[in-house]
Amino acid sequence: MNQGVMKIIGNKKIADRTYCMTLEGDTSAITKPGQFVNIQLEGFFLRRPISVCDCEDGKLTIIYKVVGNGTQKMSEMAIGEKLDVLSGLGNGYDTAKSGDSPVLIGGGVGVPPMYMLCKKLISEGKNVKVILGFNCESEIFGVDEFKSLGAEVFVATVDGSVGTKGFVTDVLNDLDYTYFYTCGPMLMFTAIERVAKTSGQYSFEERMGCGFGACMGCSCKTKYGNKRICKDGPVLEREEIIW
Amino acid sequence: MVTKVDLCGIELENPVIPASGTFGFGYEFAELYDINLLGTFSFKGTTKEPRFGNPTPRIAECTAGMINAVGLQNPGVEKVISEELPKLKKCFNKPVMANVSGFSVDEYAYTCEKLDKEEQVGWLEVNVSCPNVHGGGMSFGTDPSAAAEVTRAVKAVTTKPIILKLSPNVTNIVEIAKACEDAGANGISLINTMLGMRIDLRRRKPVIANVMGGFSGPAIFPIAVRMVYQVAQAVNIPVIGMGGVSSADDVIEMMLAGATAVEIGAANLVDPFVCKKIVESLPEAMAKYGINDLNEIIGGAHNG
Repeated sequence: MNQGVMKIIGNKKIADRTYCMTLEGDTSAITKPGQFVNIQLEGFFLRRPISVCDCEDGKLTIIYKVVGNGTQKMSEMAIGEKLDVLSGLGNGYDTAKSGDSPVLIGGGVGVPPMYMLCKKLISEGKNVKVILGFNCESEIFGVDEFKSLGAEVFVATVDGSVGTKGFVTDVLNDLDYTYFYTCGPMLMFTAIERVAKTSGQYSFEERMGCGFGACMGCSCKTKYGNKRICKDGPVLEREEIIW
Repeated sequence: MVTKVDLCGIELENPVIPASGTFGFGYEFAELYDINLLGTFSFKGTTKEPRFGNPTPRIAECTAGMINAVGLQNPGVEKVISEELPKLKKCFNKPVMANVSGFSVDEYAYTCEKLDKEEQVGWLEVNVSCPNVHGGGMSFGTDPSAAAEVTRAVKAVTTKPIILKLSPNVTNIVEIAKACEDAGANGISLINTMLGMRIDLRRRKPVIANVMGGFSGPAIFPIAVRMVYQVAQAVNIPVIGMGGVSSADDVIEMMLAGATAVEIGAANLVDPFVCKKIVESLPEAMAKYGINDLNEIIGGAHNG
């Protein structure tokens, strides 16, 4: 974990209530896809945990949805403003278990961490499929970016405005894959859990106090004992999760 | 410049103590900085049996603070002794403060007796003020005779200084502090969190699964200063002040109110380096207010 001040070098709207922020600073503590950063905002006591979308050479990209006053404040911040950021938090995804052709499943604001994961898996020579799930067309982002990485991309929308009408699992059912990685809402997780044909890793969300393992605010029970979502997670393996 | 203080017969290099529940068992913070620069720290509240604690969400944000309802998650006293303390020993060479909670007088005595025998333990901080568990913790700290009963039972089976950690969720905290002192307490620490609640406007339901929780952070600092001021004048044993402390200035204010040492809680959760920063900035803050020896200012605001 690293604490440092990062400078905003980009902050733009990319979909309905969804923003992409790029930050410049020390990113050395971010070592794996699926980790997160915890951002201090003036006027708010607790930090905002946001997953890492991409990170290289001192440049960090995060994609966040405006869901409350804190993310609203973030969306209003200008280029050049500075943020106190704790970085390199969480365990991240383990790519060693992916096999030759993993599938990545992102739902809504669960899509961003899939980007850095996709990049890593492709750099390891794997054949990556990505399923992106959204409610409707106005929420969609990231499709071209995943294609540029060389992944085969599938989109599902609940209203059928783009891609497969329905849920990510409607796409997943027809695919062959060696392993799965996912991040998104709990309802999507339980649907995936019902139909997934292989082992996989889920990245969980929880209200956090500190984000670095001190307060026990985000504990959960697993088959391997109690874990803290922020420190021992947010990524848990399918085999250990108690639903 | 003197920052050393005496806490119940044990010297602290400085009065800065991370509070229980915000610092784990120390070793994870030792990866961030050398925790030997602290006065000491109070480790995660320990009970006789292992506890998972409350369901999540356990955390709610507030203006200038937060609510937690963790519910005393801990591995139980046996594992604290066999696993946590050995890990701590590798990175901390000072006496540690053992924080203990229970659901009956016997449980408090059992857990304290075990921890009292550990050479790493310097003090026992007896938490009779946890607002997040039913039938335990705070129910002992809101009644003078129950608090005294816990104090007597722990005192009877221990040799090390016992410090009773009190709840602010009472009408007369002085009465409870005096009852603990009369029953043999060697020190008093206050305040634990204040009972609070937030409601999610979209869901129209409490944010926290346990409905209510303990409110802490800078918002409660003035209440903590007031209660430390009241209690320190009424008892003849050392008082540890806590509640919203986030800076060296806050440490000095707590000591002027009557605190011999000061605990820092919620601030650790937003800035993991805050206690290091406070320790390092203390001499500068002392110079600013013309303080050569912190011992000279303990209770300095009394009889004003």
